[in-house]
Amino acid sequence: MDVTSILAEWTPYLIGGISLTLGLVAIALGIGVALGLPFALVQVYGPRPAKAAISAYAWFFRGLPVLVLLFLFYFGIFPAMGLDLPAFFVGAVVLGLRGAAYQSQIFRGAIQSINEGQMIAALSLGMTRLTAIKSIILPQSLRIALPGWSNEYPEILTDSAICYAIGVAELLTRTSQIVAVTYVTMPIYLCCALIFILLNYAGMRVIHVVEKRVAIPGFGAGAG
Amino acid sequence: MWSKKELPSRASGQGQDSPMKDDAFVLRVEDIHKKFGTNEVLKGVSFNVRKGETIVFIGPSGTGKSTLLRCINQLTIPEKGRVWLHDDEVTNSGPKISYFRQKIGMVFQNFYLFDHLTAVRNVEIALLKVKKMDPESARRQALYELEQVGMKGWADHYPAELSGGQAQRVSIARALAMDPEVILFDEPTSALDPELTREVLEVMKKLAKSGMTMLVVSHEMGFAASVANQIIFMENGNIVEQGPPDALLYDPAYVRTRKFVGQFADLTQRKD
Repeated sequence: MDVTSILAEWTPYLIGGISLTLGLVAIALGIGVALGLPFALVQVYGPRPAKAAISAYAWFFRGLPVLVLLFLFYFGIFPAMGLDLPAFFVGAVVLGLRGAAYQSQIFRGAIQSINEGQMIAALSLGMTRLTAIKSIILPQSLRIALPGWSNEYPEILTDSAICYAIGVAELLTRTSQIVAVTYVTMPIYLCCALIFILLNYAGMRVIHVVEKRVAIPGFGAGAG
Repeated sequence: MWSKKELPSRASGQGQDSPMKDDAFVLRVEDIHKKFGTNEVLKGVSFNVRKGETIVFIGPSGTGKSTLLRCINQLTIPEKGRVWLHDDEVTNSGPKISYFRQKIGMVFQNFYLFDHLTAVRNVEIALLKVKKMDPESARRQALYELEQVGMKGWADHYPAELSGGQAQRVSIARALAMDPEVILFDEPTSALDPELTREVLEVMKKLAKSGMTMLVVSHEMGFAASVANQIIFMENGNIVEQGPPDALLYDPAYVRTRKFVGQFADLTQRKD
């Protein structure tokens, strides 16, 4: 059998892997933003003990290799909690929790970069702190965070391949299975690499379009 | 020229030369003390403000003038002392401070326009988020306020696209939109070159003539001489001397005041 027909035969199987990979990335990014942003707000505006808790969280998740985290949760923490969770779910959650640790720092930096005058002016108009954060601080800091945040997509996309280690049938896992069955190595792995590159490129294009869409003259990264 | 036609009229104060009753204090400030660390910036400052009055605070840098303004709307919390708006205490007012801050507008040296919003959005955002106005009325009022400061044509421009003078005029419109009884101006022209300073001072003069009550920290002695009803000279956290421009600028009672205003003699020359 030649390579082309092997590829043709296994394409549907690879496509299934792509959807699992994208599923991991989507869930992980979702968790990352959903936790990372509130964590950042707590780190800037919250009470001291809460700030310390977030710092400890970020330190833990940024301090361990992904693979260690993955094994720790898949074989250790979740089973110890009596939870028998599917590998896909554990993989997505671990990537998400880890992403939240990094993203909380990206958002924190962006929030802290906003001139304190913005908050002062908002308060002087009678806004509460909460309203000022929602209407003034967040719209500005999210724009500032976007370029830094856009690293998260390729980061999590490439990290997702490590879920191979706990048997999630994502792109790399399926590629390896095909190699094992067909004994064709180089072309299959190249195909896998190409798919990762394309996914990366497509995602970055989307982020770029969003960045342009929300850009404000004279404000943020494009300012000057 | 500042009268509102369809909109409710703001501070219906009289012109600066109409007679005023002694009990008509809009704002009373009593014995304000403020320390930053061990540095005592305000050492017990008291004064009263009548409706429609323009008070200009002068004095060397670092004598607590700006801090005093911030203590009035509680952006800085004083250690001691009280502030009243009419008969309501502004200090220790808890969540009601939001209401007082609407009634006591503020204009800053560096404008502090919201950088992500166009001029008109800058003016209307607090109408929407604080006054909970419907979008249509908020937009209408925001455009009206911009018109008052000559910035209606710039409504859709972002702060970065405005000159300093234009930005400051938008920030005055933003404060006006909340329908304040008093506006605090914290060195409103110190970041501007002379030409831009003039356009901002013009707007402030117009505003003073319309009867707005204004407290102005400024180094613009010409403005103080021509617009202020009262000038307060501060030094080292205290009020040294207070009086109408005629007395304070041309015939001060204290040597320290005389020394300070003497430096600006050429700017306050009487044109008669």
